[in-house]
Amino acid sequence: MKKLLVSMLLVVVGLVLIACTESYETDGGEVLVIRAWNTEFQDRFRAYYPEYKETKTDGTDLLKDGTVVKWIITPNENNAYQNALDQDLLNQSSAAQNDRIDIFLIEADYALKYVNSQYSLDIKADLGITDAQLSNQYKYTQEIVTSSDGKLKGTSWQATPGLFAYRADIAREVLGTDDPVEVQKAIANWDKFDETAEDMKAAGYNMLAGYDDAYRVFSNNMSKPWVNANNEIEVDQNITRWIEQTKEYTTKGYNKGASLWDSVWQSEQGPSGKTFGFFYSTWGINFTLLGNSLANPDQPAEVGNGLYGEWRVAKGPQSWYWGGTWIVGAKYSDNRTLVKDVMLKLTTDKAIMKKITVDTQDYTNHKAAMLELANDPEFGSAFLGGQNHIKLFVESANAISLDAISPYDQGITETLQAAMKDYFVGTVTLDKAWENFYTNLKVKHPELKEKTS
Amino acid sequence: MEDKKKKKFNNNMYSKWGYIFIAPFFVIYGIFSVIPLAMTIYYSFFEYYFSMGLFPVGPNFIGFANYTELLAGPFWQILGNTFIMWGMGFVPQIVISLLLAVWFTDSRLKLKGLGFFKSVIYMPNLVMASAFSMIFFMLFGQNGPIVKALFDAGIVAENFDIFDTVWGTRAVIGFMNFVMWTGNTTILLMAGIMGIDPTLMEAAEVDGASRSQIFFKITMPLLKPIFIFVLITSMLGGLQMYDVPAILTNQTGSPDNSNLTIMMRLQQYLQNSSNYGMSGAISVLLFIIGGAASLLVFRSLIKNDLVSLDKVGN
Amino acid sequence: MEAQLQPQIKPKPNSFWYQFNIVLQRIVVYTFLILLSFLFLFWMYVLIINATRPSSQIQQSFSALPGTFLFTNFNTMINNTNIRLVEALWNSFFIASLSALLSTYFSALTAYGIHMYHFKLRKIAYVFILIVMIIPSQVATIGLLSILYQFRLTDNYFVLIVPAISSPATFFFMKQYMESVLPFEIVESARVDGSGEIRTFHQIVLPMIKPALAVQFIFSFVGSWNSFFFPAMIIKSPNKRTVPLIISELRQLSNPATFDLGLVYMVIVCAVIPLVVVYFIFSKHIIKGVTLGSIKG
Repeated sequence: MKKLLVSMLLVVVGLVLIACTESYETDGGEVLVIRAWNTEFQDRFRAYYPEYKETKTDGTDLLKDGTVVKWIITPNENNAYQNALDQDLLNQSSAAQNDRIDIFLIEADYALKYVNSQYSLDIKADLGITDAQLSNQYKYTQEIVTSSDGKLKGTSWQATPGLFAYRADIAREVLGTDDPVEVQKAIANWDKFDETAEDMKAAGYNMLAGYDDAYRVFSNNMSKPWVNANNEIEVDQNITRWIEQTKEYTTKGYNKGASLWDSVWQSEQGPSGKTFGFFYSTWGINFTLLGNSLANPDQPAEVGNGLYGEWRVAKGPQSWYWGGTWIVGAKYSDNRTLVKDVMLKLTTDKAIMKKITVDTQDYTNHKAAMLELANDPEFGSAFLGGQNHIKLFVESANAISLDAISPYDQGITETLQAAMKDYFVGTVTLDKAWENFYTNLKVKHPELKEKTS
Repeated sequence: MEDKKKKKFNNNMYSKWGYIFIAPFFVIYGIFSVIPLAMTIYYSFFEYYFSMGLFPVGPNFIGFANYTELLAGPFWQILGNTFIMWGMGFVPQIVISLLLAVWFTDSRLKLKGLGFFKSVIYMPNLVMASAFSMIFFMLFGQNGPIVKALFDAGIVAENFDIFDTVWGTRAVIGFMNFVMWTGNTTILLMAGIMGIDPTLMEAAEVDGASRSQIFFKITMPLLKPIFIFVLITSMLGGLQMYDVPAILTNQTGSPDNSNLTIMMRLQQYLQNSSNYGMSGAISVLLFIIGGAASLLVFRSLIKNDLVSLDKVGN
Repeated sequence: MEAQLQPQIKPKPNSFWYQFNIVLQRIVVYTFLILLSFLFLFWMYVLIINATRPSSQIQQSFSALPGTFLFTNFNTMINNTNIRLVEALWNSFFIASLSALLSTYFSALTAYGIHMYHFKLRKIAYVFILIVMIIPSQVATIGLLSILYQFRLTDNYFVLIVPAISSPATFFFMKQYMESVLPFEIVESARVDGSGEIRTFHQIVLPMIKPALAVQFIFSFVGSWNSFFFPAMIIKSPNKRTVPLIISELRQLSNPATFDLGLVYMVIVCAVIPLVVVYFIFSKHIIKGVTLGSIKG
């Protein structure tokens, strides 16, 4: 009798232990759940992932082996994407298997938050990706997603060198040439940039579309991050420069009073626009600029349809980068093999990545492939009037540095741009704008403080 | 004799049914409102938020620190904003509603098509506020038809944006509130006017009073209860204003935080850092302000109702 | 009170000036009403017109005439797998119907309880509900949200529907209506006939207050349909979104769906117009219902 009781007890204890330990399926799941904030990766996935079969009417994709891909897209603004993502990550361990997030995308602006958290998978230790496979990636794309204890937590298909996209027709009229090398001379540094802005205004054009266009060129070149070790806000002199320049431009009419992504900003990229140029990154050319440049979106995208062929790119006054999207595997994912395959195919496979660049002008994260295209005399983008823009960026892509990022960058950028816009337009003084910035930032992130010393 | 029997019938045997019938209401209210309200008040005395949305900080007891931080900050400005936005809609609303109510109930004017006009004026009350705001955002936005027309007519400069101006944005919000609520107020005032005893009017007429004298000295005072009702309910609604300014300004209350309402600030505290401490404190302040305003309505309405409750009950 | 017009003040004899005065007033009133109607409707007109035009045209110019893009914009919306408006319409409808049902039924139940029965806490209960009606409901939201987040109970419709059982405003309306329509004799004769209390409520009382039930159902439905703040905090899965959430996502400028203005207008049209159409069909009853028994003369 005693023996029976003891063995029953052991069985019960054993079952309880099994139930309590974190055991979950790590592979073989039927649904791949991907979280993103826009459709850019969705487009790339559907067009270039070899296992992709078709898209069903309810928005999910079907892979060749029968796996269903479920996309959950929440826009980025006002922290909506991070809010939703955080909720899901906090619930991951108790969520139903098919509901678990497998992949989520992150941006440079808040990458550190997830990279240093327990919610991201180590792509080498957990997924089995090797250094050899990653060897052709640009170093900075790996540095940003390396956690403080040295684990690599994500991977990207893009390098995102910043550029200045300009209107060839306006360049011809005002500068006398549309050749990228010559135009670059006119915008080689900020002083020259300001001078050219004056010339543009005299000819009836505006240099930039809005207030936030030049922001990242300045903020990426800060000498230190926004937030220091004491959670104090450090205002770099580049930011002050941006504020001064934008105030001057707004007062003198060198911009059209737009904000990034608003409808004026979009329409200024089209045939009716009077803006000389836009600070963009390589992903933006296909994702946004191309569509906006057409006069008739229903007609094929070719020369003759609006501004197709009239845009060129130049390096601009400083090296910078804009965003970039990283693919992260989520802890508790039940599809590790598939996640690994998606990462390998889309962020390390030379042929696939070369094709992405050829098709979309995106600068992909493969040094060898980019070098090939840069040196290929035949390669040029029809949209950019035949220009080989990859050549322009091979150098600068190597030089991108992400030393000055903090996990709070998205909140700080949104708050600063909103607060300063009031100053640019003349609604408030500069002091009030800064006051609003600190007040509103404290609401978003209670732990951040104004620097008192 | 019969009365006594009736009373007995009612009071003793069936009173327990009263408790049964009202139980669901109170149970659900207890679970979904009373307990959460207690939690709200409780958290307001704590520092409790999620750094970057992921890493919990607290709960640490900090007494009234949240309240002092709030009251030392732009809270009064935000309250003022809320009041201004409400007032800019309510003032035209009450004036026009009164005008319409008087016209619609005036038989001598022999107005036709009243049904149509009433339907049109009431309709915006049922339209989704968020969709309504989206429409106005696009219509009055920088790239929209209204600004384009103003620019073509030479009234505004090139990069003009109504939503860059404090009072322009407030005017649009006030206008939206006006359109959404005038119909409701008109119907209520009409009912009030039609409920006025006609003999009063006739007596005044016989005494030689002019129409405007009748209106100001008899009609208006008799409409006072309805005025108070409309005023208080509108004020309470105004305190909680959220949808319209939130969608219009994309939850920022721009420009210069001048179109930020209390509820919008509350949502902002929850947005990035799930700050239960601060949002709890704001909720309590809202509770106190709403409660103070509601004491007014308590006095005018409840007294009458308690009297009628007694009358009806027996 | 039936629709009693303002008392027939003895008109002055049919003098010319009197008639002229009236006609002048009528012109003024009609002009004002037409202008007001224009103010109240112009936005709807532009909304519908722009939903039929392509995005590029909408940006460039204003047009008083409809365009040819009605079906194109509609198809773009249907095929856009990230907006899923039809799904959202169904979600909203589901939540609003159930909320309205619960709110109306239980408000009637509670109102009947207070109206018909005499129990010790009767007055206190009544006063309590009136106080509840006056306090802003949002104040409990924070506590509720923190509880729900802590226990991982967000992202479901239960939390959006069940609280509708306690709707003080609906209760108040029902109570007022019962006072003028439900005499005690009816219930007492039912008791004499042997009907249980619950049966009496369902079979005798409910049919008698049908107009109030109908009106309050409509108002509850619309209130739930249009609600934004709380659902935005609760709902996280894209396939559970309600219509106001879809609209708020369209307000995000960096959302690629907003690059196509025709699409945006079409979504708003589909979100707003169905309710408007239904409203205009039933407008007379709805307007009458606003004051049904709620304002005493």
